[in-house]
Amino acid sequence: MRIPTRSLEILGAWILAVLWVLPLLYALWTAFHPGEYATRFSLTAPLTLENFRNAWAAAPFARYFLNTTILVTLILVAQFAVCTPAAFAFARMEFAGRNVLFAIMLMQLMVMPDVLLVGNYRTMAKLGLVDTILAIALPYLGSAFGIFLLRQTFLTVPQQLDDAARLEGCTLLGRLWRVYVPLARPTYIAYGLVSVSYHWNNFLWPLVITNSVNTRPLTVGLSIFASTDQGIDWSIITAATLMTSAPLLVAFLLFQRQFVQSFMRAGIR
Amino acid sequence: MRKETVQGWLLVLPALILLVAFTHWPAATTLIDSLYTTPKGSRPPRFVGLDNFTDLATDPVFWMAMRNNAIYALWTIPASVILALLMALAVNTAIPGRALARMAYFTPTMLPMIAVANIWLFFYTPDYGLFDHILGWFGGGRHNWLGDRDTALPAMIAVAVWKEAGFFMIFYLAALQAMPPDLKECAALEGSSRLNFFRRVTLPLLMPTTLFVLVNAVINAFRLVDHVVVMTRGGPDNATILLLYYIYEAGFRFWDTALAATLTVVLLALLGLLAWLQFGVLGKRVHYR
Repeated sequence: MRIPTRSLEILGAWILAVLWVLPLLYALWTAFHPGEYATRFSLTAPLTLENFRNAWAAAPFARYFLNTTILVTLILVAQFAVCTPAAFAFARMEFAGRNVLFAIMLMQLMVMPDVLLVGNYRTMAKLGLVDTILAIALPYLGSAFGIFLLRQTFLTVPQQLDDAARLEGCTLLGRLWRVYVPLARPTYIAYGLVSVSYHWNNFLWPLVITNSVNTRPLTVGLSIFASTDQGIDWSIITAATLMTSAPLLVAFLLFQRQFVQSFMRAGIR
Repeated sequence: MRKETVQGWLLVLPALILLVAFTHWPAATTLIDSLYTTPKGSRPPRFVGLDNFTDLATDPVFWMAMRNNAIYALWTIPASVILALLMALAVNTAIPGRALARMAYFTPTMLPMIAVANIWLFFYTPDYGLFDHILGWFGGGRHNWLGDRDTALPAMIAVAVWKEAGFFMIFYLAALQAMPPDLKECAALEGSSRLNFFRRVTLPLLMPTTLFVLVNAVINAFRLVDHVVVMTRGGPDNATILLLYYIYEAGFRFWDTALAATLTVVLLALLGLLAWLQFGVLGKRVHYR
């Protein structure tokens, strides 16, 4: 009795896996074959890179790649710089108003900036920042998620290490930099991966706040490319789609273990 | 003032300013905006009290968006969470090709929603698309999946579930791997059946993870509308309009700030209510380690 149920389970797991990977395989097929094979399967279909060449030539993807790279780097560096001291203060310092501040901050976990498009757009207009990469990044820099994650990690650092550094005459910032940050390295990697993949893929806010080639990130560029000039040339659109997702996808396939572990670490609280 | 208080505030200050400026402040101005009319040309906004909300109550598109969002949430949340649990259970045991299966489940998570939408747009195309192809083998005719009011929203739901389930699987997998193996040995000694063990031991131990995953799934059900922008623009005939998409349309296509602000207030209230339900009611039934 046991063996058939077991095989059924394995079969189920595999059917699900095939179902999940099929859309991607199909996209790969379409992108690497001439247009007439987009909906026709044949083992003799010739492979081609023509679709990628056409897509690359049809829209300023190089610029979009540059914009996205600047954007995710800016966000990552600023998030680390802003969230680290705050997380440290919440984890290891006693000060008036700490709990109230912490509660105010945690509210952002439920109400993310993504929902506040209209209000944030107006702020950016007042600051004269509409259509800048900085404006795409700003709402995400003070990240409650990042502060919370780092605080939980800092709480696990043994107090004795902190005390020892203090006795050696280490200043407050010195202790943070020399004791806490190095010990929290895995959390920084985890948070970094989550942040980069989130902002590489983010769409709605960048769509609203940008309106020129020089600021548009890849996702917005891709949506404009796919909706306007291409008509319905699916091979080219699919090639562009894969091209824009490729850096993350390749990085994921190469460092699968780290990615999965990082996402797990970021989720366990 | 004590030195540590000054230091503490200084360390928190940059994060606090950014957080308040781009989360709390826009939330507050949105609330104020929802009490005023939209400025038109030289006419400045005029205070109208709760008129925007009473107008909203008679706006059929708003009710359409609420209804669609409710259906969307009630399908995507349970479907992606249950699938995530099944996936995690599957790859937690020693099945052949475990690493491959795990990769297959997780890969959609790494794709931008925009890319996912483009790929699925192709599947849903009448005649040429994958779905019509497969139906064709079974003698089915052509079907305009995204153009038909009855299938457009289910089509959006399918895309969201495909994208999200693998992400939630990761958290279940982490929880399953952290479970002490002696529990299973104990249960085996006691002669407990697998199903019984799952129901009485595994599932309760997974409750904190389920709560975490649920919170994320609920937020995503209201936050993730990228695929609507690309695939249907809320159509046909508002059949796929979701709350956040309606906000986007009101704010940035009709430039009706009063409507957009009023809608945002409704969405914020909804999210607040759901947070209260999840942590207040469900949270009490969860055992944390």
